[in-house]
Amino acid sequence: MRIVVNHLNYIYNDRSPFAVQALKDVSFTIEHGEFFGIIGHTGSGKSTFVQHLNGLIRVPSSLKRKPIKGDMTELRVGEFDLTSKKTDFRALRRNVGMVFQYPENQLFAETVFEDVAFGYRNFFDGKPEKGQVESAVREALGIVGLDYETVKNVSPFDLSGGQKRRVAIAGVIVTHPEVLVLDEPAAGLDPLGKQEIMRLLHRLHGSWCKTIVVVSHDMDEIAENCTRVAVFAEGTVKYVLPPRELFHHSEELLSLGLDVPLTAKLCLELEKQGVHIDCDYTTEDFLRKVLALGKGGTVC
Amino acid sequence: MLKDVSFGQYYPVRSFVHNLDPRLKILFLIAYIVAIFLAKEFLALGICAALLVFGVAFAHIPAGKVLRSVKGVLFLVLFTAAINVLFYRGKTVYWEWGIFTVTFEGIMTSAFLVVRLFLLVICSSLLTYTTTPVALTDGLESLLTPLKWIRFPVHELALIMSIALRFIPILADETDRIMNAQKARGAELDSGGLAKRIRAVVPVLIPLLLSAFRRADELGDAMDARCYTDGKHRTKYKKLRFSWRDLIVFVLIAALVAGVSVMRVYPVFAL
Repeated sequence: MRIVVNHLNYIYNDRSPFAVQALKDVSFTIEHGEFFGIIGHTGSGKSTFVQHLNGLIRVPSSLKRKPIKGDMTELRVGEFDLTSKKTDFRALRRNVGMVFQYPENQLFAETVFEDVAFGYRNFFDGKPEKGQVESAVREALGIVGLDYETVKNVSPFDLSGGQKRRVAIAGVIVTHPEVLVLDEPAAGLDPLGKQEIMRLLHRLHGSWCKTIVVVSHDMDEIAENCTRVAVFAEGTVKYVLPPRELFHHSEELLSLGLDVPLTAKLCLELEKQGVHIDCDYTTEDFLRKVLALGKGGTVC
Repeated sequence: MLKDVSFGQYYPVRSFVHNLDPRLKILFLIAYIVAIFLAKEFLALGICAALLVFGVAFAHIPAGKVLRSVKGVLFLVLFTAAINVLFYRGKTVYWEWGIFTVTFEGIMTSAFLVVRLFLLVICSSLLTYTTTPVALTDGLESLLTPLKWIRFPVHELALIMSIALRFIPILADETDRIMNAQKARGAELDSGGLAKRIRAVVPVLIPLLLSAFRRADELGDAMDARCYTDGKHRTKYKKLRFSWRDLIVFVLIAALVAGVSVMRVYPVFAL
C-alpha cells in the first residue's frame, strides 16, 4: 500500500497554554514495498507521525475545513483516506500493524498463545474456529523465531526481554498486515538482540508485510537496512533520501543533533585528510573500499 | 483526552494570585469557606462574592474556565435548591400541593444555598488553578508542621502526596500508550455493551498495573541508592517566603472574616 502524506499538521493541546505543534506541514510519499526509515531526535515528531498511519491520531476536522496556509491536508494509506470520518478504521488497523516502543509493555494475557491470539480474534470477522486461531498463532510465533510448542502455554511475563518483544511483535503481525510500522523496535536490546530484530524485519519484509516503516534514532540501524529515510527535526521533514545520499549531508545531520553512521563519520574524517571514499555507507562496502585503498588499488 | 488530566487544574500564567504563598492561599480558602457559611444576609455574601470576582480577575484566569468548574456541580446544586424550595416551611406561602410548599423563605434559603455552593466551588478551583500541585503539597506540609509534636508523620505524608501527584501524568501517558497499543491490535475500548467494555479494560489494566509496580520499585531503589531517609534534616529547593503581597491578602482575609462575623451579630438588613 502506498502512503501519501501532504501538508500534515498536528498540534498537541490545541488552543490551550500547553499547545505544542508536533508536526509542521509534513509531506512525503512512502512507496509500496519500501523498507522506509524515519529518523529524528526525541521530540522531533516522528512518533506522532507514525501514530497517524493507523488512525490512532486523527487529522482534526477543523484542519481539513480550514487548512493552514491554504493547502489541503492529505493522508492516504492505500485506499484509505484518513482525513475522512467515514474511513473504516478497523479495516485500516488490520492492514497497518503498529508495534509501539517497548511493545513488551502491552503484554497482558495469561499465556503467550492467548496474547498473540488477541489481535487475530479482534480483527476476525465473526468467530474464528479453534484450528484457524491455532495455525495463525503457530505461524506468527514461527516467523519471529519462537518455538510454538515450548512457549504457547508459558506466561509471557516469564520470558526474557528479547523473547517478550518477539511475542509482542508476533501479536501484531498475526493478522498479516500489509504495512508494518515499528517505533524503535530495537530500543533497549543488546547488540545481538538488535541484530535479531533487524533480521526478523527483513524476513517479514520478504514475506508477510510488503511495506515496512521503522522509526529509530540509531543511524547505523537505518543506514544498513532502509531503502529510503525521512529525517524529522522539530516537527518538519528535512530530507527524504536513500541513506547513501543522506550522508552527504553529514555535517548538517550532526548539527541537528543526529548521529551519522560510523562509516560516514570515518569518510568525513578521511575527506578532511584529503582521501575521498565513495561508498554506500554500509559497513561491508566501506571496509571493502578502504581495504582496496590500502592495497593501493583504485577507489571507485 | 487523558492528556488533559496530566496537568491537573493548574493554569500556567503569571499573576498576582499565582505568586502568592501557597500556605496563604490554603488558609484563605479555609477562611473564605468559614466566611460564606457565617454570612447570614445577602450583603455579607455579596461582599464575599465581590472579593472572589477580584480574585479571579487578578489571577488572569479566563471566565469560561472558572465557569466550567461550576458545571461539574451544577446538577447537584440545582437539585438541592429544588428540594429546598419545595420542602422549606415558611410563613409567606405562594403555592401548596400535598407535601410540597413554595414559600418566600424557601426561595430565599435556596437562593442563598446556590450562591454559597457556587462560591465554594469557584474559590477552591481558584486555588488549584493558580497553585501547582508541588506548591500545594509544600504549603500543606508547612501548615501541618505543628502536628509533628504529636508524632504525626507530616513529611512522609507530604512525600506520598507529591509522589502520587508526580506520577499522575506519567501513568496517564502510560495509559494512553497502552490503550493505543491495544487499539492497534483491534481492541474496541469505547464501543459495545457494559460487559464487553469491562472485558475490554483487562488488556489495558494489567499492563498498567505492572508498569506502576515496576516504577514504584525503581523509584524505591533510586531513593535507597541515594540514602533517602526521613525528613528531619532535609532542606528545600524552594523556600516559602511571605512577601508584601501576602500581607495585603492576609489583611483582606482578616477583614472579611471579621466583617462577616460582625454582620452576623448586628445584621444590616434582617432577612
